[in-house]
Order: sequence, then C-alpha cells, then structure tokens
Amino acid sequence: MATLIQAEQLSRYFGDHCAVREVDFSVARGEVLGFLGPNGAGQILINGIDLLDRPREAKSQLGYLPDNPPVYRELTVQEYLEYCAALHRIPRPARYHAIEKSKRRCGLESVAGRLIGNLSKGFQQRIGIAQAILHNPQIIILDEPTVGLDPIQIREIRALIRELGSEHGIILSTHILPEVQESCTHVQIIDQGSLVLKETIAGLERHLNTAALTIRTRDPFDFRRLQSLPGIDNIEIISPEHCRIHHDLENNPAAGIAETIIASGAGLLALVPEKKTMEEIFLALTSRQEAEEPCA
Amino acid sequence: MRLIFTIAARELKTLFLSPLAWSILGLLQFILAYLFLTQVDAYAMLQPRLAALETAPGITDLVVTPLYGSAAIVLLLIIPLLTMRLISEERRSKTLPLLISAPVSNHEIILGKYLGVVTLLLIMVLMISVMPLSLLAGGELDFGKLFANILALTLVLASFAAIGLYLSCVASHPTIAAIGSFSALLLLWILDWTSGLHPGYNAILEYLSMLSHFQNLQSGLIASRDLCYFLLFSATFLLLSIHRLDYERLQK
Repeated sequence: MATLIQAEQLSRYFGDHCAVREVDFSVARGEVLGFLGPNGAGQILINGIDLLDRPREAKSQLGYLPDNPPVYRELTVQEYLEYCAALHRIPRPARYHAIEKSKRRCGLESVAGRLIGNLSKGFQQRIGIAQAILHNPQIIILDEPTVGLDPIQIREIRALIRELGSEHGIILSTHILPEVQESCTHVQIIDQGSLVLKETIAGLERHLNTAALTIRTRDPFDFRRLQSLPGIDNIEIISPEHCRIHHDLENNPAAGIAETIIASGAGLLALVPEKKTMEEIFLALTSRQEAEEPCA
Repeated sequence: MRLIFTIAARELKTLFLSPLAWSILGLLQFILAYLFLTQVDAYAMLQPRLAALETAPGITDLVVTPLYGSAAIVLLLIIPLLTMRLISEERRSKTLPLLISAPVSNHEIILGKYLGVVTLLLIMVLMISVMPLSLLAGGELDFGKLFANILALTLVLASFAAIGLYLSCVASHPTIAAIGSFSALLLLWILDWTSGLHPGYNAILEYLSMLSHFQNLQSGLIASRDLCYFLLFSATFLLLSIHRLDYERLQK
C-alpha cells in the first residue's frame, strides 16, 4: 500500500501554547486514521503539514472539512459546489460529472436548488463533505464530522466515511469513541499535544477490554462454585444474583461460566464483558506515561 | 489566473445577492444626480456673465469636474462598507479554510477579491459618467478632460478598495475593518490641509495626500507622478494583504 501522507516530528505552536508536539503519523490508501482526543487537545491542526514546498500539488490531493462546514449561506447547493469545483481546478468538462457524483454520494440531489442558509445543520455538514470529496482527493481530513447531527444523520455520515475509506486515505479527528470504533482502521490518541497511543482498531479493542465480566442471574446462585473454572482470578459478589469476575486475559472463561450457570437452572440473564470508557483509557494511558517519565 | 476570475465572479455575485450593492448603486446615483443638477443650474445662471469673459471656464470645468470630485468624497464614505466583509466575513463565517485548503495561492485569493470589488466600482464609474455625457444633448464637452476625470476617479477608487481590503485582512470583525479603512482614507484625504502651516513638511504631506494627486489628474494634467502614486498605493496594500494571509497560514 502506498503511503499517501506522512508527517514527521510535526509540531505546532500558537504563541507559547504548544498544540501539537512532535507527532509522527502516516496514512495509506484504504486506511481511516482516527485522531482521538479530549476537546481542545489540538487534534484539529493537521491541515497544512509539509505543504510548504509545493503547496499547490499537495493541496490538490487534499479534501478538508473543518469542524464548521465552510459554506456560503447565500449560495444554492449547486452554485456552491460549482464554485468549489472551480477552486479545485477541476476541468470544465469533468465538473458536471464530479458535482453529480458527490451530490449522489452525500444525498444532496433533492436540495441542489436550495439556499444553503435555509438548510439544516445536517445538510450543511453533508455539503461540507460533498465539497471535500468533490475533486476525488487522495486524502480526506474530517474534523469532528458528526457534531450537531441527529442519530440517523450520524449513522449515515459514518457509513459514508467507511465507504470513502475504501478508496481514499482518511484522517478523522474526533472526541467520540464509538465514532472511531465504527469508522476507523487505525487510531492515535493525542493528549496535551503529544501522542499517547498509536494502534489499529483491534489493538484499541484490546485496550478497552478490562478482563472482567459482569454476570446477572434470575435466581440466587452461589457464584463461588465458579472458582474451579480455569482462568478465573477473582470473584466479587455484589448480590446473590449479581457478581463481577476478573479473569485471565488469554484464557476467557465466559463459555464455561455460561454452561455452569445454565446447568444449575439459576437462569442466566446477562454475561457482559466490561469495557473501559474513553475517559478511563485516557486516564490509564496518560497516568502510565507520567509514571514512566517522572521528569516530564 | 482563471481562479482569480472565479473568485472575483463569486465575490461580485455575493455583493449583488445581498441588497447592499443595489442600494449603494441606487443611493449613489440619486445623490450624485442631485449634485449634478445643482451644478447645471448654477452654470445656467452664470452663463450670461461667462459669455462676457474671454477665457471663460467651460461646462466641463464647472459641472463635470465638481461632479467627479464629489463622487470621490461620497465613495470615500461608501467603499469601506463594500470592502469590510471581503476577508473578515470569510473568517467569521469559517469559510476561509475552504479557500486556504484548496489549491489556490494567497495572491489569487487577494487579487480575486480585489478584482470583484473593483468591477463593482467600475460599474459605478460607468453610471456616474452617463450624467456628463447627457450634456451632449444640449452642448459640447471637453472629452480630454472628461477622460482625465474618469481616469482620476477610477484610480482613486482602486486605491480606496486596496486599503479597505488590507484592513479587512487584518480586522477580526467587519465593522472594525470599515471604521479602520474609513479613518485611514479620511486621513489620507485631508493630509495636505495643513501644508500652509509648516512649509518644511509641505512636499512630503502634499505627496502623500490623495487629494492633491486626484486634483492634478482632474485638471487634465495626466502626469506619471500621479499615476505612479495611485498604482504604487494599490500595489502596496495588495502586497500587504497577501503577506498578511501568508503570515496567518504560517503563524508561529
């Protein structure tokens, strides 16, 4: 896979405030890289990397959607996309085709003749995406693309991102964990401008697993009976129908637990692997770093 | 190069989509028509006395030159309103990233914006020039002087627009850009009013003042000194605007 974008030792300062500190990353075709960070972690500043030498060539390979869709409220959707097509130097004969295609992908055909200012935030967001994919760029940068949308629109946009991800390299910046899990193939977490995690989605899932199971039964059950199963480290009994089991990461005892409870006739209601939240991962990652580098 | 026209066309379109351009064009024409008619009236009253003079000033001197002079002053008030939103509005409505992330260089953005406004200003000059031409129905005009007046007004308006564009690049809010460019223009306009008081500074102040260059051109004396002043003035502020956008992009 060809690397589409590569940044090395990227730093960005605003005055004395360091927004991004020596971050490295690269994106290849077919990858969706998610930048995850708390609000204001500085993850928005990826635009403008190494574009200094030949900005025009570099930028024609780039589609960018800032967190606020850059739309002119006084234009119609069609006029706006035509203007964007011209800005991106799409040759005149190809323009009609490009606009139609991007309208179709973003579901904008029905509103093409309407003024952008009269459309909802969801449509404006989609216009923003339509603008970013108009010139078929290699790299698409989306900054919090689902902010302010309703759940149905969010699902549509995520589906669109996954679809786009198969042909383009995508950098997605967000602070919403499920968004990354659903749409991305790789993830990087930035905290205070520094990179704290660089993983594939499968790797992130591993971080999310806490090696703990929550079990609920219909009737009271003596959970101590499970102690003999292989892989179980510790049983925390909360009530006669509810307990929490810590287990070995490599040796998941869930299947054995289910069999034992069902055989006893106590009625298994729930057997749920516990997941860490975004905040917990964050805390875990950042506190671990501090422990490793006390001087920092 | 084509992109400059694309940006200029969109700028012009935005101006005409809002009531701003239309109302300004209408009001400007109304005010100047009123001034024009007063001048024609005054000329009609003076005519018998002028006939007795041997080298009497013609209708071009007495009607056309004052008309363009007042047009420049009225537009000094209006142009800051037209230029204020050029860049600062894009920044406020967050559409500037669209231009910056597109393969468009900063000089194309600035020149496109400038060209858009200057096109509107040329439409104004054209509409103003219809008034003196209507005098042809009942008299004769000094076409050389009329041309000098049109040229002077065009150049002075182009300079106004350049300084307005620059302040729109700098200001965070359109209103601040408007106030800033209005003050700057007014200062440049009245700069040589004090020239009688301090003979030492005379030459500098007179050179810097827009009014003296404008009046030189208006009198029909098309000197390269005055042409260069206006061209350099516009070019300087356009360069400063481009520089300002560059700075914003590379901000350290």
